[in-house]
Order: sequence, then C-alpha cells, then structure tokens
Amino acid sequence: MVIKTEPFVVNFGPAHPSTHGVFRMRMTLDGEVIVDMEPVFGYLHRGIEKLAEERTYTGCIPLTDRLDYLASMSNNLAYVLAVEKLAGIPVPERAEYIRVIMAELQRIASHLIAVGAFLNDCGAFMTPIVYMIREREKILDLFEMACGQRLTYNYMRVGGVSQDVPEEFLPALGKFVKVMPGWIDEYDRLLKENEILLARAKGVGILPKELAINISASGPVLRASGVKWDIRRADPYSIYDRFEFDIPIGSVGDCYDRYRVRVEEMRQSVRILKQALKDLPEGKVRSDVPHLIRPPVGEAYAHIEAPRGELGFYLVADNSIAPYRFHVRAPTLINLTALREMMVGWKIADAIIIFGSIDICMAEVDR
Amino acid sequence: MAMPMLPPDWPGGFWAHWGVFVVIIFVFVLATIMGFIWFERRAMAIMQARLGPNRTGPFGVFQPVADALKLLIKEDIVPAKGDKLVHWLAPVVAVVPVLMIFAVVPFQGGAILADLNIGILYIVAISSVTTVGVFMAGWASNNKYSLLGAMRQVASVVSYEIPVVLSIIGVVLLAGSLSMQQIVIAQDIPFILLQPLGFLLFFIGACAEINRAPFDLMEADSEIVAGFNTEYSGMKFGLLFTAEYGEALAISAIVTTLFLGGWRGPVLPPWLWFLIKVGFVFFVIVWIRTTVPRVRIDQLMALAWKFLFPLALLNLLITAVEILVLPAVSPWVLVGVNIAVMIVLVFLWSRLFKLGWGRVEV
Repeated sequence: MVIKTEPFVVNFGPAHPSTHGVFRMRMTLDGEVIVDMEPVFGYLHRGIEKLAEERTYTGCIPLTDRLDYLASMSNNLAYVLAVEKLAGIPVPERAEYIRVIMAELQRIASHLIAVGAFLNDCGAFMTPIVYMIREREKILDLFEMACGQRLTYNYMRVGGVSQDVPEEFLPALGKFVKVMPGWIDEYDRLLKENEILLARAKGVGILPKELAINISASGPVLRASGVKWDIRRADPYSIYDRFEFDIPIGSVGDCYDRYRVRVEEMRQSVRILKQALKDLPEGKVRSDVPHLIRPPVGEAYAHIEAPRGELGFYLVADNSIAPYRFHVRAPTLINLTALREMMVGWKIADAIIIFGSIDICMAEVDR
Repeated sequence: MAMPMLPPDWPGGFWAHWGVFVVIIFVFVLATIMGFIWFERRAMAIMQARLGPNRTGPFGVFQPVADALKLLIKEDIVPAKGDKLVHWLAPVVAVVPVLMIFAVVPFQGGAILADLNIGILYIVAISSVTTVGVFMAGWASNNKYSLLGAMRQVASVVSYEIPVVLSIIGVVLLAGSLSMQQIVIAQDIPFILLQPLGFLLFFIGACAEINRAPFDLMEADSEIVAGFNTEYSGMKFGLLFTAEYGEALAISAIVTTLFLGGWRGPVLPPWLWFLIKVGFVFFVIVWIRTTVPRVRIDQLMALAWKFLFPLALLNLLITAVEILVLPAVSPWVLVGVNIAVMIVLVFLWSRLFKLGWGRVEV
C-alpha cells in the first residue's frame, strides 16, 4: 500500500523569531526536507528612495540611517561620498580619518550582531549573542560620545563629519582596540571548534563561487565563497589605500566559512583602527559647504564596502537642492537572490542558519 | 551495612503513609520546579553576563510565583480550528505522568511512596506517556509549527527510549534489583564510577527525551517557534511548562538515584544529600544548555541509532561479562577498567561515524 502524501507548505514569517525582521519564506516541505522555497518580502517598504527625492541633499542623511540600522555609519558614509562625487566637494584630512574610524567600528559592531545572531540561530541559546552585545555596547558608547546617538547616528556630513570627536573619545577608542582582540579570541574559544557547530554549519548552504559571482553577491557572503573582492582594495575610496589589512576569504562558501570570514574581518578592522588612531591628524573636520547644496546636472555612483557587502548610492542631480533620483544598491537584497539555491534539499533547521549566515537587515532589503 | 531507614509504613498505617507522601510529593515537585525555574534563569543569566530576574523578592526568587499568577489570570485561547477536547486534555496528559514518577523515587531510606519491586521499569513506562500529551498538544493546536515539533518529539522519544533503557539495565545488573530503593542501597560505590559509559549514555538519552539542549529541537524557538506549545496560553501553557521542568527534575532525581548514590553521603542528613545531588544534576543540564548549539533532526536520529544504541549494547555486554566472569575482583579495579573502556569506545565511535547526513536531492 502506498500512503498518499502531499507537500506541507509552511509560511516562515513575516513574524518569526529567526527571520531577522519581517521576511517571509514560503517553504514547501517533505517531512523536514525543503523541496521548494519562495522568499516574500516588501513588508517593511517605506518608500525611502522616493522620500529622499523630496529632501535636500543634507536632509537625506537621516534617511540613510534608517536603511541598514545596524550599520548606519556605513550608510552615511556611502551617501556622503556619492554627494561629494556629484558636487566635487573636498574633505579635510582629519574628517577622512574619523570617517574610517567610524566605518570600521561600525563594521565590528555589525559583525558582532551578525555572528551572534547566526550562532543563536544555530541554537546556542542566547549566550554568544549576549557576549557579543556586551562588546557592541562599548562601540555604541563610543558613537554616543561622538554624535550623541546610539542607533541612527546622522554623523557624516557632505564635506566631512558633523562635529569633531570629543577629547575623551580617543583614549576610549585606544582602550577598545587594545581589549577587542582578546574578546574575539574569547568568542573563538567558546564555539569555533564546537563539534555540534561544525556538524551544523560545515558544508551546509554552499554558495558556489560561480553562482556567487553571477548573482553579484558581495561582502562576507562573496568572500566566504573564495573570491578576494573587497571594495576597500578593489576600488579604494576615502583613504583606505593608506592602511594595511588582509582580506580574509573562505574556501567552500558554506555557513561556517561565512561565520569565520566575519570573525576574521573583525580582527582586520581592529588593525585598521589601530593604524588610523596612530596617524590621526589635527585640523578641521568639515570643509565649507553651503547649507543648500546645488550640484550641477549629472549623476554619480559611490560604493563602499559596508559590513554586509557593496553598498552603493546612485544619485542623479538636476541642479536643484534635492536629488532627482536616489537609488540604493542594497547588498543584502542582492545576496538574498541565491537563497533558494542554497536552501533546497536541506532541512528546516538548516534553512534558518543559512538565512542567518547571509546576515540581512530587512530595513535595507525593503527600503 | 546498617543504614538509617524509615519504616515502610512511616508515619504509621497504610493510609497515613499514602496521605503524607502524596502531599510531600506534590509540594516537593511543585516547589522544586519553581525553584528550578528561578535557578535556571539566574544561573543562565550569570553565565551569559547579565542579571536575570532580580525584582520580585530577594534575588528575584518569587519571579516564578509572579509568572504563575500571571498565567492563571491570562485569557485561555483555543485555536478556532483546533480540536478543543484534545487541546484541553493534552496538558493534563503531559503533567500527570511526571508527578507519578516521583511515587517511586526514594528521598531517603524508606522515604518513598511505594517501594515497587519494579520501580525503574515503572518509571520507564510512565515517563513515556508524557510524549502522548505533547503529541496531543501538537496535533490539537492545528498549527504547522506545533505539528512539526510534536512529530520531532515522538521520533526522538521512540529512538532514545532504547539506549536509555539499555543503559539502565547495566545498573540493574549491578544492583540485582529493579527497586529504586535497593539500587541505592547497592551503591557502596556510586554507579557513575562503575558504569561511566552507562551514565553518559543515560544522561545524553535522557536530555534528548526531555527536550533539553542540545536536543531541544521539539520546541526550537529559533526554528519552529516553541513547537508544540505555540498555541497554548494561560495555565494550560503553565501546565505544559510544569511538565517540562518536572521531567527535568525527574531525570535529575533518577540520575541521582541510579548513578550518584541517591540519598547516601557523609555528615549531612540524607534528604539534603538527595536535594544537593538533584540540584547539581540540574545545574549540569542548565550549563549544557547555555553552552552548546542545537543538533539537527537527522543528527539527533543518527546519534541515537549509530552512537548510543551500539554503545549501550556493548556496555550491557561488558557489564554482564564482568559480573559473570569477575565476581571476586575488587570493584575499584572494575572502576578503572570501565573508565578506560568508556574512553576507548567513545573515541572509536567518534572517529568511525559521521553525525547525520547532508543535502537531500529533491
């Protein structure tokens, strides 16, 4: 006798603890195995691109905070770089250094959340993420010193940063870069070689090199697949060509590689921070920029290596005080496009960690 | 060896004995469960560099009481398309067997509700009934997550029952009795030393049966959102929760009785030794929960059938051979032999087999 079976369709999300926001996966299951998966998003669409076209160039900066709220500084940086390119505005030396410091601190903060949430998805009940939030708090304290905010910083300005860092900032940062490598070692001691984690994450959710390039993935997801592509090296912006750092890459492109790449990137960010802290020059932090920027007719695209990948802003100016077109190249949206290929054939539990290892931020995916 | 024992019908008369012990068991189980909930939250918080509940009473000890009160006055929601009768019945079916387990757990010599001569067999039989309650909960909720969680629970309990029972048989062989009280009396050396492999297998299997990490995938909150109790609210959820912690308490008590020498210990009164040992076993369970990630369902099954099952059979064989062939050898020699055997076997098995399998072609 053949028992009649039928596929079991489960909606994971939009309200699910592991979808990191309002993401929905319509999964067709055969027992525990995923036969098909269809991502559904758009629940967090706020029309930021359209809103930005109604605001002045400076007024758009707070909107960029709300894209990837775990990496607001990076969003600020990418946007102001695009405006500076469009209007040809110079940036003082000290501001460049402060921007690099902020961007790298932001990368560490964002990767801490990414790695912690990934391990939490693996089922390590809360412990790793709480440990990582502990260090993220220290970064947020630093940001609070610099700009008074802990989540949406609105710190970068066209032609520099909004204000110089206070005098207690640099000693605090010095202390942070001294202790942070030890904390990263602690995370590694906790779970790096854990048998269950290896069984769960090794070889799971492989994103092959060719596929990663074809979907134009970027950031740790691309580098974990073995492609040495980091915009800080490939197309240096700001003053990244002055710093020494390595680009960690993975070998197979599984969840474990993505996790390791992020941890290694944190170490490299600490290296950059140390160098930037050493050569930080004196001077002003903002060049003289008119209150209402009116760039000449034209277009500009600036991209940076944000924590989650290549974050690009494409601006079209029509010689008015607001951008005519404001487009965001959101890395996580593009990294998500291979989700189905990575998930099909694995189990529900794997789907959760594959999704977690891509490290998305729904506010950026939906905009 | 003379051992302080209460008379079997303490405090005099059959009905007095039953009445007193039923009350003791209820109070003990419910109070200890509340204590454990508080203890787990505080211990986990300290391990995770945070504070945990600390507002209700000194060190937050009354937090479980406050939670229970909140659950009592919460609205009870039954899913519109759920099976109402089964939904109502499931928490009861889950919680009653857990309470019944304690009927045969000796708190100290003679302090036992019923010294059944098949005590451990009774526990094995009765503790499986909780699974039925969990499956009823998952089925009656008419929720896909719940059903997935319930299916996982049934699959894991069916698989893990076998290595658990086989590892218990090793203890029974050594003690020569199925009675929980006789097993404790037989432990001049705690059986954890004479049966190290059996202890390991039993502990792993028991953790899997009671949904504790790293085998908590029946209610994996990051995957299937609390599994079978997703659709439960109010005191029904409270009962399922009680059943869960009651099982953890029961497993701690059984491990204490079978492997750690039960109430026996120097200086302190026996019942206090029992409580200390139970608390310590529970602490180990909490410790594991905060440390390791969760396994996947196929890895869970592979662990049961490829690791625990053959090892449990080998353990049984070795124990039987030792009892038959070397009855005169000092037990301390056997302790050394058994620990060495455990290390070799665990090492071999961890090299021989891979945990679970990977992608399925669909």
